Amino acid sequence: MRHIISLLMENEAGALSRVAGLFSARGYNIESLTVAPTEDATLSRMTIVTRGSDAVIEQITKQLNKLIDVAAVMDLSEGEHLERELMLVKVRAEGHDRDELKRMTDIFRGRILDVSSHTYTIELTGTRSKLDSFLQSIDAGLILETVRTGASGIGRGERILKL
Amino acid sequence: MELTGAEIAIRCLQEEGVEYLFGYPGGAVLHIYDALFQQEKVKHILVRHEQAAIHAADGYARSSDKVGVALVTSGPGITNAVTGIATAYMDSIPMVVISGQVPTSAIGEDAFQEVDAVGITRPCVKHNFLVKDVKDIAPILKKAFYLAKSGRPGPVLVDIPKDVSNHKTEFNYPETVSIRAYNPSGKGDSTQIKRAAQMLLEAKRPMVYAGGGVVLSGAATQLTDLVRLLGFPCTNTLMGLGGFPATDKQFVGMLGMHGTYEANMAMQHCDVLVAIGARFDDRVIGNVAHFAEIPRKIIHIDIDPSSIAKRVKVDVPIVGDIKAVLDELLAVLRVSKRQPNAADLDAWWKQIKEWNVKGGGLRYKNSTEIIKPQFVIETLYKITHGDAFVTSDVGQHQMWAAQYYKFDQPRRWINSGGLGTMGFGLPAAMGVQLKHPDATVACVTGEGSIQMNIQELSTCKQFHLPIKVLSLNNRYLGMVRQWQQFFHGDRYSESYMDALPDFVKLAEAYGHVGMRIENPADVEPALKEAFARKKDLVFMDFQTDPKENVFPMVPGGKGLSEVVLSEDL
Repeated sequence: MRHIISLLMENEAGALSRVAGLFSARGYNIESLTVAPTEDATLSRMTIVTRGSDAVIEQITKQLNKLIDVAAVMDLSEGEHLERELMLVKVRAEGHDRDELKRMTDIFRGRILDVSSHTYTIELTGTRSKLDSFLQSIDAGLILETVRTGASGIGRGERILKL
Repeated sequence: MELTGAEIAIRCLQEEGVEYLFGYPGGAVLHIYDALFQQEKVKHILVRHEQAAIHAADGYARSSDKVGVALVTSGPGITNAVTGIATAYMDSIPMVVISGQVPTSAIGEDAFQEVDAVGITRPCVKHNFLVKDVKDIAPILKKAFYLAKSGRPGPVLVDIPKDVSNHKTEFNYPETVSIRAYNPSGKGDSTQIKRAAQMLLEAKRPMVYAGGGVVLSGAATQLTDLVRLLGFPCTNTLMGLGGFPATDKQFVGMLGMHGTYEANMAMQHCDVLVAIGARFDDRVIGNVAHFAEIPRKIIHIDIDPSSIAKRVKVDVPIVGDIKAVLDELLAVLRVSKRQPNAADLDAWWKQIKEWNVKGGGLRYKNSTEIIKPQFVIETLYKITHGDAFVTSDVGQHQMWAAQYYKFDQPRRWINSGGLGTMGFGLPAAMGVQLKHPDATVACVTGEGSIQMNIQELSTCKQFHLPIKVLSLNNRYLGMVRQWQQFFHGDRYSESYMDALPDFVKLAEAYGHVGMRIENPADVEPALKEAFARKKDLVFMDFQTDPKENVFPMVPGGKGLSEVVLSEDL
């Protein structure tokens, strides 16, 4: 099953490679991984999307907790949570495709960030499945480039990951 | 007064009460060696290869409750050390390794003897540090010692660039250390401990399975009290030997791939299993699915939550320091009015005794013609009165030593259990002998393993270490040969050791005493003579039966009750 794991770790050189190294060394899967400092500059917040049986996910959270640089771990998928991912898509936008692509962008509540005579660069935010369905909804032949951040996650309401 | 980073590093070791620093100099650590030269508190032991420095620090740590400390240079210094560090990591041995690094300005430029030490060691250390500022040396070393010995112990690497060891700052050794993301557990959960006590009292076919965690936690007394209080059978893992007295009537022997029949059968058929500081690894329970076929309640006590429920489902997990948990468990059991059901326990012991008869215990057919390796270990046990520190290398001799030397005390059996590192035995024995200068230290090895670190005979000469080396020389990489015989159709691919040196002359060339023993009748006199030479290292080259195999054996991937006893072949 797909799980979204959030963690807080020391904002230090090498901390990211400890997490990434743990996943590769123990054969765990990483679907996406995002990381950036928090409002407290000494801490980084990471969101890892992974897949595995309950036993594997239990091991992943335990092994992450064991890392000396990791201060807190939460499996967001265990409760109510929000998940957002940012995607930038550069598409070939010529002739009647220009209108169609503009319409699809509006339907998916995206924005066109950059326009050239032959291209649009579209910004889209949402869950992974929303971004996937946007890509499926437009003509695949028009897609020149996509870049996705991977999911960032946060618990709903009073579910808070903090030190 | 300002001190250099090198001087600070050595002062930190002094503050930590480090007696011995095992190491090998080189360009990137010259400042540190210079600081070492100008003091006398920390004694340096010059090894002949960096791997041996780590194993020696490891043997020192395993035979005491102290942190082993080693110092190596950058590049090949640290890469040579990696096998030793991984060995310590797999067996959770507290250790601090200081490595030199090229100057900070040269890092990343493929400088001479540069290697990413922090990157290379990351998967085999508890934690590691690259020191970028001389002001950080003292706080980082303080943290390194704290991390190495607290919680689940392990090796910690501190990589110090050459310029940092030459910069100056004020020296203040921190009195306390706090790492906000690291809070190892102490006491176990009291509710879980009460549940465990109740489960133990209700057991019909109980089993105590104790591993290296008992030894590391210093909980052998508590384990012994618990087993005796309850009257339960107890088995030890390879790493746990000595955690419960092997000569006790409640000890059913080591379990696992080469464990006794009764220990493995009792593991398989018990209804309540308490695992203490053990991790159900593949060499212990064999096939996980087979192990799970017979349902049993499992209580698992360990300081590392990730060891619990990793390979088997656990009913009562207790995370905590084993000593503290067992103290509390014993207190709960002592105030309880209840006792385990005597009739059930009698029936269970009767069954275990039957398994003992069926399995034949540990046995081998002795010979008057050819030296049986088991006979050498039995004789070693006899003439050292079971009171020696025994280190081993890896292979058949390791298993025979574990089976036939009955360890009644913890920290006497020193071997590479997790990583299985050949070449461990001799350097580990150096660390043990330095820590216990008056003790009898025996290194049980083979002609294969000993050659992986034989250069340390030179270190032994320099530091007058009267280790007794027992090499069970069967001219084969015995365990490889055994697997090839059983599982690869007698095709002995590269397992025969040809062109062996004359070990007697080799020992003599290093300035030691060498003995070659070829007849069974000479085994005991030779061992007596060797151990009587209190001041000498004696290298005993026993010419043993090349065909001898280790039994019982649970073949790889098989279940615990699918054991091969010698008569089955």
